[in-house]
Amino acid sequence: MKARHKRLAIIAAGLALIIVATILVTNAFRSNLVFFFSPTQVANGEAPKSGNFRIGGLVEQGSLKRLPDGLRVQFKVTDTAKSMLVEYKGILPDLFKEGKGVVAEGAFNQEGLFVATQVLAKHDENYMPPEAAEALAKAQANKTGTLSMENSK
Amino acid sequence: MIPEIGQFSLILAFCFALIQGIFPLVGVWKGQYNLANTVVPAARAQFIFIIIAFLCLDYSFYVNDFSVLYVASNSNSQLPVMYRLAALWGGHEGSMLLWVTILSVWTMAVTMFVKNLPESFRIRLIAVMGLISIGFLAFILFTSNPFERLIPAAMDGRDLNPLLQDPGMVFHPPVLYMGYVGFSVAFAFAIAALMDGRLDITWARWTRPWTTVAWVFLTLGIAFGSKWAYYELGWGGWWFWDAVENASFMPWLVGTALIHSLAVTEKRDAFKVWTVLLSICAFSLSLLGTFLVRSGVLTSVHAFATDPSRGLFILLFLVVVIGGALLLFALRAPNVGLGERFGVVSRESLLLANNVVLAAAAGAVMLGTLYPLLMDALGAGKISVGPPYFDAVFVAIMVPGIFLLGLGPLAKWKKASLPDIGVRIRVAAIVSLLSAVLIPFIMGKITAMVAMGVFMGIWVISTTWVLLLNRIKTRGLAASHILGTLKAIPLAFYGMLVAHLGVGVFILGVTLVKGYETEQDLRMELHDTATIQNLVFRFDGATEIAGPNYISSQGTVVVLQNGKEITTLKPEKRYYPVQGSVMTEADIKPGVIRDLYVSLGEQLENGAWSVRIYIKPFVQWIWAGCILMAIGGVLALSDRRYRIGNKKVLAETEDLQRVVA
Repeated sequence: MKARHKRLAIIAAGLALIIVATILVTNAFRSNLVFFFSPTQVANGEAPKSGNFRIGGLVEQGSLKRLPDGLRVQFKVTDTAKSMLVEYKGILPDLFKEGKGVVAEGAFNQEGLFVATQVLAKHDENYMPPEAAEALAKAQANKTGTLSMENSK
Repeated sequence: MIPEIGQFSLILAFCFALIQGIFPLVGVWKGQYNLANTVVPAARAQFIFIIIAFLCLDYSFYVNDFSVLYVASNSNSQLPVMYRLAALWGGHEGSMLLWVTILSVWTMAVTMFVKNLPESFRIRLIAVMGLISIGFLAFILFTSNPFERLIPAAMDGRDLNPLLQDPGMVFHPPVLYMGYVGFSVAFAFAIAALMDGRLDITWARWTRPWTTVAWVFLTLGIAFGSKWAYYELGWGGWWFWDAVENASFMPWLVGTALIHSLAVTEKRDAFKVWTVLLSICAFSLSLLGTFLVRSGVLTSVHAFATDPSRGLFILLFLVVVIGGALLLFALRAPNVGLGERFGVVSRESLLLANNVVLAAAAGAVMLGTLYPLLMDALGAGKISVGPPYFDAVFVAIMVPGIFLLGLGPLAKWKKASLPDIGVRIRVAAIVSLLSAVLIPFIMGKITAMVAMGVFMGIWVISTTWVLLLNRIKTRGLAASHILGTLKAIPLAFYGMLVAHLGVGVFILGVTLVKGYETEQDLRMELHDTATIQNLVFRFDGATEIAGPNYISSQGTVVVLQNGKEITTLKPEKRYYPVQGSVMTEADIKPGVIRDLYVSLGEQLENGAWSVRIYIKPFVQWIWAGCILMAIGGVLALSDRRYRIGNKKVLAETEDLQRVVA
């Protein structure tokens, strides 16, 4: 093999590698995108039936329950229009509180209960996760929308 | 009065930055050197006034001057002195002041140590740093003034975020910023070289030590941050692929590529265009990191500001700096020339592959970090990219790079032969393969990922060892002269060995902790025990204790091995009344082989607590690896040829290189 052929072969191999790498990266990327849904969207059936997604809103007042095994908890997440039940096993983050903002990542189990694998309540007392804030704002807008429609009737 | 002095100093510093950034460039352009020579005095005056401003703000923290808005929002009279002083960088405005302070420290260092460069080049170099300073000082003065008064003064401050009340807070931000901002020197070197049309070996030799110093700081800064997250967040993680972490990791990856590519430029006069591009990219990513972390685009513990005017300013600044630099690059780079040629198999081509891998890794991290922000900005919904993406892609990209890391230093410059390299790595390959089977076997579970990780880690360590042996052999000295031989090897070579060893140690740490860590959430009543592996954890209840500015429930967990107590861990749950926040303070018994890690969850009924227990094998190796990398950098810096004013040595090495080439 001449030096020129050798160089060509190496360049070709390099290109092939880059193509394979790009395909792998985009695949990994697509399968790891986690989408966010508000409780209203979940109630409308927009969330995937299987696979992970995120929800967010406020932890409903008085909804936090500890199951008898002492480690699993259930609570409701609301965007003030709709609320949904969430189950989580493990220790809740320090800033998790009823009436405060929360984001949870998880999936529906076979009984259709949302089981969270991760609960995020961020670091600042007054901080609201942006997803949660948006869900609340949307629900609020819808509500005032329906109200004004009712008024106009 | 003191805050006003600080404010005034900052304005003066801004004026001097204008002089430092603009006059000299015009002066050099017009050939008026009396104008151009204002650069050094202006830079030094700027330095003095920025330091005064910095000290004024820290003094306000020290004396609890709550008539300063920034102090009132980030400190409290109950806060211990150490944290009061560090609270300066606990918020947005102070962080920016720290940024610009560190920039002026770097500029000052450049004015002191850069002497033998051609005059036009030196002046342009310092002027470019002045331009960066103008941007940041304007940002502080017009959008984020740390000296703003609060009238009437607050009775007491709102306190520092409890998460930040940790010794890590004293070190992590300044060290990280030293790294971030340090790339501004490499950037200024590149821009000045493009303006001056002077991209040669001398340029590379002068840039190299500055880049290495910045890289060492960045490495340490990231390692500190990771260690801090590990013990402070209380949930055992050490890297979350959080956007803020990624923001510091991208410049690190590109910076690592840069120090390798600079080596090629210095030794072989090749890769020049690429090196310049990397210098621009490394600093651009540092700026992007600052933008991401500080603009409120990201919301996490690091993001203080949610003020759109600030975001806009930084975005504009970013466009001007990066766009301007790339434009200059596009205009000037074609004239640079490609430099020395090299064979398909040679150290140059292996280093090129290393650069491609590191750049690709940075690109993949960037995709995962920016894509959600982009989608959000376009109104396409809220998306997050999960850590599995980063884990999978990063490992897949780095594996070939790590493999080449073992080969690169063994290959000759210009042209190497594969069979020759093959012979040299035989033993290393066998050792690595054996360990890839043996170590997982000893640990008790064999998986493909662990086997591969161990192979990579041992591969790096064993090839590094082979490299040292080879170097000793080529000197051809008898065993009795071994000490003399070791002394004759330049420190830069040892620097490379130690840094690469660090990479190996790091890989082993990550592999083993990912492969064999255990985590258990338990409900424990008084004197309940839990058995994990061969250890028994006994919960001896929790008691209330009072800290300086918090109240804490402190649990006691006794760890027994074969019925003997080996340690007692005291995890805490702290309550900070000023901010009304709760903090989990884990207790860790660190070790070479494994860490025992216990954190306290919540109090349940009748004295029981939920407790989380981790066993983390070899986790300390992760940070040990980073520290080795940093030591490697320091060793490389201590090499003879960098000693300032040592012209003779410089000439000697030049001769030597001519002989080698």
